[in-house]
This record gives sequence, C-alpha cells and structure tokens, in this order.
Amino acid sequence: MPRANEAEMIARILAGERELFHELIRPYERMVYLTVSAMLKNEADAEDTVQDAVIKAYRNLAAFRAESRFSTWLTAIALNEARGRLRRIKRENVESLDAELEMYGGDFTPAALMDWHPIPSEALESKELADKIKAAVAELPFLYREVLTLRDLDELQTEETAVLLNVSIQVVKTRLHRARMLLQKRLAPVLKGFAPQPAPRRSWLSRRHP
Amino acid sequence: MKLKCKHVWMYISDYIDNSVDAELRAQIERHLENCEICSAILDSTRNILYLTADARTFTLPVGFSERLHARLSSELQDDGEISRRK
Repeated sequence: MPRANEAEMIARILAGERELFHELIRPYERMVYLTVSAMLKNEADAEDTVQDAVIKAYRNLAAFRAESRFSTWLTAIALNEARGRLRRIKRENVESLDAELEMYGGDFTPAALMDWHPIPSEALESKELADKIKAAVAELPFLYREVLTLRDLDELQTEETAVLLNVSIQVVKTRLHRARMLLQKRLAPVLKGFAPQPAPRRSWLSRRHP
Repeated sequence: MKLKCKHVWMYISDYIDNSVDAELRAQIERHLENCEICSAILDSTRNILYLTADARTFTLPVGFSERLHARLSSELQDDGEISRRK
C-alpha cells in the first residue's frame, strides 16, 4: 500500500473510523504470520500470537510514528509478542541456540554441483517439494531462520532487519549468508530431481531401430 | 587479482543482493564465466530462495484470516478504545 494512503488511513482510524483497521492490516497478514512462525514452530501458538500482536497494534496505533513503515512497526510488535511467548514456553533457550550453532562447526560452504537445471515454481504444486523446503528452513538455527524469514520471505531491507533485531547491518548480512548457504547445502542435492526432465536424447533412434 | 572459488562463495549472498561494489562484481562475473561449479552454486542458491519465497511453500493455516478478523471485530466492538498515551 502506498505510504501516503496508509498514513491517511491511520489518521481516519484514529479519528474514529475503527473498521478501517481491518483494511490497514490485510496486506500484512501473511508477513506477520511468517515472521511469528519462524520463531514459534507450533501453528496454533503462532496464530494466537499474530492475533495478540494485531490487537496490540490496534490499541497502540496512536503511538505509531510515520518515520518507519507501518509494516515494519507491525513486525516489531509481532516479534516482541513472539519473544514473550517463547520465554513463557521456554522451547528455545540460550543453551540450545549455542548447541544448534555448534552443530555446523562453522562450516557454511555450499554443496558443490557440476550443473543446475532450474526448477520452475510450478513444481511447488507438488506438496513433496514444498515440504522438503519447509523442513530445511525449520532446521536452520534459530538466529539464521529469523533473518532469512525477515529478509527473504518478508522482503524487508537489510537496514530494517538490523533495526528490528537490534543488531548491526553486518550481523544481518552474515547471518543471512549463512542461512542461505545452509539451505543450498541441504536442499540442492535433494531438489535436483524436481527439475523437469529434458527429453531423452536421440530417442528417435530407438524408434527407427526397434 | 584472480578470485578463487572459496572467495566467490563468501560473497554469494551479497552478490545476489547486489550489495558488492562494482569492481568485486566484475571479478566475480569473470570467475563465473569460467567456473561451472560456482555458476551452479549461484544458480541453485537463487533458485532455492525463489522457491522458498513462493506463496505455495509457506501457506497460511486454513481459516487464518477469517479468525483474525473475527477476533479483531470483537475487539473493535467491545472496548475498542485506542490508547491515547504516546
């Protein structure tokens, strides 16, 4: 949504046209859900947290400052809500984070391949392919999954991501690089088979000489 | 300076984001022209990210949006006061 329209909509909501808040958040539902579910793996937890975050955004709308984008502000609220929920369920504590990172022993080299046949997005009609990708993302260490979600799924800029996570731009870039390399390493060998098969070469020969 | 494969790998993510300077970009591109392995790594990484970001990969739970707006509606009707403190 263009920023000017958004600012106008926010002003109208604050002036009493509450129902407009539905429209204000509609473009960002998916983004907020993806952000929260990168942190909370349980689908029901993630959904509850998104609802809490949206209600909180509504109640605090008067505190929104137009110098940030509304989407970034909403994402910041969602991240806070998700962190709060995470602390309550204590599913991922600091220890497990360190252990996760050590598992990779600092090795973020990609899987070497001789060639790559592009997989078109239509291949995602196969649930099997989507499931393999989701599993690989879910297996990423928490800090890498978080950055990958904000940058590559939510399509936030590096600077916005750094502000949201309260880390430097270089930290965002490093984590993103590692996340992408881990995904490539994990998925490239597995996904090869999903590329459309090229027509078998010289098959006409076998027809001519049965 | 000639780049080695290992160096190209360090910059794959920045290269994809177009956040390497022009000189480094040119060096990486020269390397890619002659290195099938690095080209395949770059292509596969791009392809995987493209598929990961596709809306068909991570889908919302069925009825997610309806439930969200239903809860929001009851909030707006009940005590839907926006806090005035700033």
